Amino acid sequence: MSGSFRRLISSRSTAVLLASLGAGTMATGVLLNENSSLAAEAKKKLYPPSSDYPDLRKHNNCMASALTPAVYAKLRDKVTPNNWTLDQCIQTGVDNPGHPFIKTVGCVAGDEESYEVFAELFDPVIKDRHNGYDPRTMKHPTDLDASKITHGIFDENYVLSSRVRTGRSIRGLSLPPACSRAERREVERVAVTALAGLKGDLAGHYYSLGDMTEKEQQQLIDDHFLFDKPVSPLLTCAFMARDWPDARGIWHNNDKTFLIWINEEDHTRVISMEKGGNMKRVFERFCSGLKQVEHLIQERGWEFMWNERLGYILTCPSNLGTGLRAGVHVRLPKLSKDPRFSKILNNLRLQKRGTGGVDTAATGDTFDISNLDRLGKSEVELVQLVVNGVNYLIECEKKLEKGQDIQVPPPLAQFKK
Amino acid sequence: MAAMKNCHNDYKMKFSVDEEFPDLSQHNNHMAKALTKEIYAKLRSKSTPSGFTVDDVIQTGVDNPGHPFIMTVGCVAGDEESYEVFKELLDPIISDRHGGYKPTDKHKTDLNFENLKGGDDLDPNYVLSSRVRTGRSIKGFTLPPHNSRGERRGIEKLSIEALSSLDGEFKGKYYPLNGMSDAEQEQLIADHFLFDKPVSPLLTCAGMARDWPDGRGIWHNDNKTFLVWVNEEDHLRVISMQKGGNMKEVFRRFCVGLQKIEEIFKKHNHGFMWNEHLGYILTCPSNLGTGLRGGVHVKLAKLSTHPKFEEILTRLRLQKRGTGGVDTASVGGVFDISNADRLGSSEVEQVQLVVDGVKLMVEMEKKLEKGESIDGMIPAQK
Repeated sequence: MSGSFRRLISSRSTAVLLASLGAGTMATGVLLNENSSLAAEAKKKLYPPSSDYPDLRKHNNCMASALTPAVYAKLRDKVTPNNWTLDQCIQTGVDNPGHPFIKTVGCVAGDEESYEVFAELFDPVIKDRHNGYDPRTMKHPTDLDASKITHGIFDENYVLSSRVRTGRSIRGLSLPPACSRAERREVERVAVTALAGLKGDLAGHYYSLGDMTEKEQQQLIDDHFLFDKPVSPLLTCAFMARDWPDARGIWHNNDKTFLIWINEEDHTRVISMEKGGNMKRVFERFCSGLKQVEHLIQERGWEFMWNERLGYILTCPSNLGTGLRAGVHVRLPKLSKDPRFSKILNNLRLQKRGTGGVDTAATGDTFDISNLDRLGKSEVELVQLVVNGVNYLIECEKKLEKGQDIQVPPPLAQFKK
Repeated sequence: MAAMKNCHNDYKMKFSVDEEFPDLSQHNNHMAKALTKEIYAKLRSKSTPSGFTVDDVIQTGVDNPGHPFIMTVGCVAGDEESYEVFKELLDPIISDRHGGYKPTDKHKTDLNFENLKGGDDLDPNYVLSSRVRTGRSIKGFTLPPHNSRGERRGIEKLSIEALSSLDGEFKGKYYPLNGMSDAEQEQLIADHFLFDKPVSPLLTCAGMARDWPDGRGIWHNDNKTFLVWVNEEDHLRVISMQKGGNMKEVFRRFCVGLQKIEEIFKKHNHGFMWNEHLGYILTCPSNLGTGLRGGVHVKLAKLSTHPKFEEILTRLRLQKRGTGGVDTASVGGVFDISNADRLGSSEVEQVQLVVDGVKLMVEMEKKLEKGESIDGMIPAQK
């Protein structure tokens, strides 16, 4: 208090000084008061939640649909144990109104507890994004037993490559929007130490983004492994690019079939991939690698963020559950021109992307085809769904080649209730 | 709005200084030069009354390593108290940026336009336009890197009240960024008045583009010679401008307009942030003092190619920019010439330097056009 008071006295404007001591502007004086709880109360009166409620009239994202003034008022002054706030969760959705055709999520978690403390916002967002999955009543199944996959080898005349990715968060450390430099470095240390314990076909090497040589960088670019500082405002407005490239890096095995991104949009992104159509083997390596890494971090007293309501906890609500995207690059010259293509994909619960990944266009006739869903179905279910679906698409392509007609399959069920 | 005391900061104290200290090995900015582990260790547990911490101050400088040739500041204030609470870091930065300004120095404010000598006779064949800008922060609100939507809207509301009470040559209109018509937008672009969402990572990494365009807007008088930006990089940016070389008139309007606006804010018990050491308090330490940039667009086709051009500018305490403003190139030999200093000299002194310096450079240009030498005209260091 004394410091601010001294400053007020030395202020050129005695009018300001007197006014700030007057009844009408008690709040101003109190705001400068270092007694923080008194100041917090005064601030609440000066700025009720209604004055802070964001203007979402031009917005089209899941957060804007779910965040009513009542929900905002209830949650604005709450904090997670790491003192992450609702305003920080929603900043990216406020700053990025979205697109009339593409509904983005519009909010992120700063830590595991965000999904609990701000459940009144996240639960409807999750329901909206994950086709009605209700975290209050439903349980998410986790199943990483790759032996259950059948027919998982595709015709390589059509399928050029196969890939499965997910994310994992280290329990006890804040997520990328919220983490301090020390926490981020701890994530890197935990992950890299664990990965150094992998052997055989999973043995590999870590490349720190800040320390790699030009030669290493070029190689990683050529292998399509390198990730760069995020430019998408969806990520930068969620504070995920802070301190770049500190504690960011890429690990991959010597065979270049198992790859981990560290501290990009999640603590870790885990990718298993190969040229060709052996999705079963890709998924086997995926599951085996994940299990081994989990075991290695547990040996040192760490674990992944997971619960039975939401499955694996990741930064973006869209990646909850399995966080899994299993996909192929597949040539479908005839089918892709058929007007029923989108409907077929939709009914098979698949999505198409360009070969550059999310938000890119297809080049030629080659598409990235992957599962739409993440939450409410297990890893095995989703990969089997992709396997069945891609096999079906290839059959359609072959039929069209022979001049035969194809059928739109009936829509798949959402999830077991 | 987050809790007043920054408890995430307390949580970070679990980690050691070494674990939290940023990697500044690739960096070239004032913050990176000044921030030692000792200073970081001392300041990391502190926060201003509104919850701004040293990590908040430096984030933009950590995220933007800078350029080998251009020394950026690399830090911002989140509120008036930042300059006190984080003195140990900000004082050396201020000294480095502002020509050795000491923590004990006092800054002189002089907005009496009658103290300016001359300035009404710059040759309009060379001086195409004249402009003076500054910034003002409103006491009782936190600054753009830190303020909440409620605060930002409060600033906008107060500004609209203050500005709409102006009359005479200052009578004008407010255009909120959110909600202006297409026609209004096009007119503001044509007039070169419209500011847009910052794209420079220097600003976005400091949190200044949050909630865009909420609470942002542009006010200008009917004559289009006095313009106020609300809630861009500072609470207010105040600009006086007109075509031609009558800097005296531009500065008169600037001083009179500012005074009128300040009176109204004071009536609402929200005067401008100011103190006798740092002058006017603004978001970026580079704008402390007067926050004033007085300049002209001037044709210096021949002088700008003279080998001594940079030396002349330095001695005159002036800087050049392209006609697009900071970080742009000149077009057709036309340069934006303005004062380099902000802190340690008054508004009148800084505009005087511009007036005198530009007058001299135009005379040099004319000499060079005639094929004559300018060696005898090179000034001593001001």
